[in-house]
Amino acid sequence: MIRITRAIEFSASLRYRRADLSEEENRRRFGRRVSRHGHNYRLEVTVRGEPDPVTGMVLDLKDLNDLLEREVMSRFDHRDLNDDTPHFEKRLPSPENLAAVIAEILREALAPGLFDRIRLYQDRDLWVEVVGP
Amino acid sequence: MITVTRRYEFAAAHVLRQPSLSDADNQRIYGKCANANGHGHNYGLEVTITGPVNPDTGRIIEPEHLDEIVHHRVLERFDHRMLNEDSLFQEAVPTAENIAVAVHRQLAGSLTGQAGVRLLRVRIVETGRNHFDYGEMT
Repeated sequence: MIRITRAIEFSASLRYRRADLSEEENRRRFGRRVSRHGHNYRLEVTVRGEPDPVTGMVLDLKDLNDLLEREVMSRFDHRDLNDDTPHFEKRLPSPENLAAVIAEILREALAPGLFDRIRLYQDRDLWVEVVGP
Repeated sequence: MITVTRRYEFAAAHVLRQPSLSDADNQRIYGKCANANGHGHNYGLEVTITGPVNPDTGRIIEPEHLDEIVHHRVLERFDHRMLNEDSLFQEAVPTAENIAVAVHRQLAGSLTGQAGVRLLRVRIVETGRNHFDYGEMT
């Protein structure tokens, strides 16, 4: 079994705001995160599999790169997570929820069995991993 | 499984010396780390937590809450201190291995009470060239 990790970076804005709560209550719960702010996210995508006996590759990294461009970069890079994507109407754009959304997208997009894990860095000091099928 | 990891730092001194062994044996085992007056590191500490994502907050654990626990249980205790003087290292030599075990013990107990949320592992980054994990790997 081989694991391959490819990293991409994207920049996005977001705010923590629940529509069912008042402005004051949002601010009390989420502090400075209620204001629109942004992060340079780093996403490490790990796939697993056996190398093809002919090509010697688990998958073509160019294909993986194209897939990440299409499925992640085009959706999230230089976008607002709340207003430019449909994923955070009912949940907060926390790193946990963003990682879960990306994991779901990639499990769907990758050939069966390839997904191993993702690691999403919000910044140098905080990251989320989603592991397993 | 979903995990969240937060990174901290503390600067601490230690001497690697096993009192039950002779000076010659300590020198042989620990080399320059046995220097009697000590030496120090900027330790990196990575704390990995797992559990359900709370739908109200979008979080496994509020980062501020985790920070408070780690500051209170570990950083205030170890930062700018001589680890050999800490009661946690009276029996155990303060190697990075034993620091990882001690930090895990300090934190694991403090996280109880939150439904399903638990400490998965800690990583002690002693220098840019070596790190030590204790707990469950994923």
